[in-house]
Amino acid sequence: MSLTSDVETTSPKYLRDKYAIVGVGETAYMRGSGKTTRALATWAVRNAIEDSGLRPADIDGMLSYQSGDSTFSPFIAGDLGIRLNFYMDIFGGGSSTEALVGMAMGLIEAGMCKIVVIFRAMNGYSQVRIGGTGVRAAVPVSGDMLHSRAYGWQSAGQMFSPTFMRHMYDYGTRPEQVAAVKAIHSEHASNNPKAYYKERLTVADVLASRMICKPLHLLDCCVETDNGNAIIVTGADRARDTRHPLVLIRGVVGRCNKPRLDMHYQHGPISTVAGRYARDILWPNSGVGPEDIDVTGSYDAFTFTTMLQLEDYGFCKKGDGGGYVSDGTIRLGGRRPNNTSGGHLCEGYTHGISMVIENVRQLRHDVDDSCPLASDGRRQHSYDYREGGCRQVKDAEVAANLGWAMPGTGSAMVMRRG
Amino acid sequence: MTIKAQYLGMPLDISGLDAENLEYFRYCAGHDFHLQACTACGLLRYPPTTACPWCANPGARWTPVEGRGTVHSYTEIHHAIQPAFRDHAPYLVLLVDLDAQKGVPTAEEALRVVGNLTTADGVLAPPELVRKVGIGTPVRMVFTDIAPGLALPQWTLDQAAPPPAAVWRYPMG
Repeated sequence: MSLTSDVETTSPKYLRDKYAIVGVGETAYMRGSGKTTRALATWAVRNAIEDSGLRPADIDGMLSYQSGDSTFSPFIAGDLGIRLNFYMDIFGGGSSTEALVGMAMGLIEAGMCKIVVIFRAMNGYSQVRIGGTGVRAAVPVSGDMLHSRAYGWQSAGQMFSPTFMRHMYDYGTRPEQVAAVKAIHSEHASNNPKAYYKERLTVADVLASRMICKPLHLLDCCVETDNGNAIIVTGADRARDTRHPLVLIRGVVGRCNKPRLDMHYQHGPISTVAGRYARDILWPNSGVGPEDIDVTGSYDAFTFTTMLQLEDYGFCKKGDGGGYVSDGTIRLGGRRPNNTSGGHLCEGYTHGISMVIENVRQLRHDVDDSCPLASDGRRQHSYDYREGGCRQVKDAEVAANLGWAMPGTGSAMVMRRG
Repeated sequence: MTIKAQYLGMPLDISGLDAENLEYFRYCAGHDFHLQACTACGLLRYPPTTACPWCANPGARWTPVEGRGTVHSYTEIHHAIQPAFRDHAPYLVLLVDLDAQKGVPTAEEALRVVGNLTTADGVLAPPELVRKVGIGTPVRMVFTDIAPGLALPQWTLDQAAPPPAAVWRYPMG
């Protein structure tokens, strides 16, 4: 690929290639971690520091995101003997990772700190389940929720489904096209030893699984797991001393919205999502366009979210998302694979950070599949994508992550191999 | 005045501070649907808000609005989360374009009012009724009484409306 684009690439307001992701780490993906979110976060941050080749004392900034379900930066910094010059723990789920990468760049640019770790730790299966069952179901319905939860309309799948249904109505999108997202991500997961679900499934398996809320079958929905994940952001100049090939940040857009975020359905078309707005920041900031991207990480809370974002960020014509996700393009070996780890549908659920980690490893040409290690510790990738084999995208140079909070909010990031 | 009530196993709680929602549900309790109309630009808005989504003016006048419209999209929920909804599954959540102010101020906008599909008495619809409704179905508003000062606006088939040319339903199951 080449970094060719017809967008303007010289304005000094852009920070292209000035910042890098130098460390990534995670815990296992589990159901029943037997650990606190503090322990999960500490292990994830420690693993990311070790991956980078930095020392804990080098870290001086910390950011995290959560939904009232996790630990806070001061505890993790304390556990690892880190004195921070900046920390902040923000409220939010999906779409937070890319937004926080952008904030980390701004913090460093402002001189407030130099090396920032971003983490997300959750017992998403064994403590606070995202679907709204358990603890969340007992909370009184008040305020804005009187217009949603009072109607038995509260989980992410329930809340997003009118968008998904309207897309089928507006564009003739078919259930089997969207189910291909799960089938393809399951193939990718079968080559990921970390994945919680490694079994390869078919489109027929998805369509035969029980209905949750139309148009979502059980297997159109992501897994719920317990895990911690972390990434480290610093300036490209500092990054040159770290352990791995450089992964540079080309551009970021954070928590970009559709109009009327109080209830985004008020402003149509409701089959269009925030990517329609975010793309006008992402591509100019990055100086590349969809055709330049070798691998995508389009958030798969549901099969539909992957499709809608790929479409609205311009990887295909509006309305053609069903074809794009089912014609082989997004499969390993295809023109532009998506979520090569298996994503949230198969690997584990992290509110997006794991999809960034996967693409960092893709751009290092060092994805942790089952290919053999050479004497220098690097994997010798076979590019044989059959079950249990390789999941490295050959010659991956540029990756895009498309984060999703809800139909009305999204974040995105482009990274390239340095 | 705070309103506390129970509905299908859920505690509903409208804070005494929440002036907009208290007023909205007070009209609903009288089975009399009202929305805020902006005192500056005149546009109606849903759900209740503190200021106008189009012109940011905080002034509003509660205005009667006819509860008629067409299903814009929906979901049919088979896996209920709140235990008391399980007895009613599958149930529909409808997103209804009100006839009032449809396509205003831009072609893609409408007052899209949420509700369940219910019988004319405001009871969650039985399966044979659920199967009749999809995108394009004309509906009219009814109310589910919950407590003094609190009723939920809901949707039922509008038998008086001309039959739609087509109704779209999810093609499986």
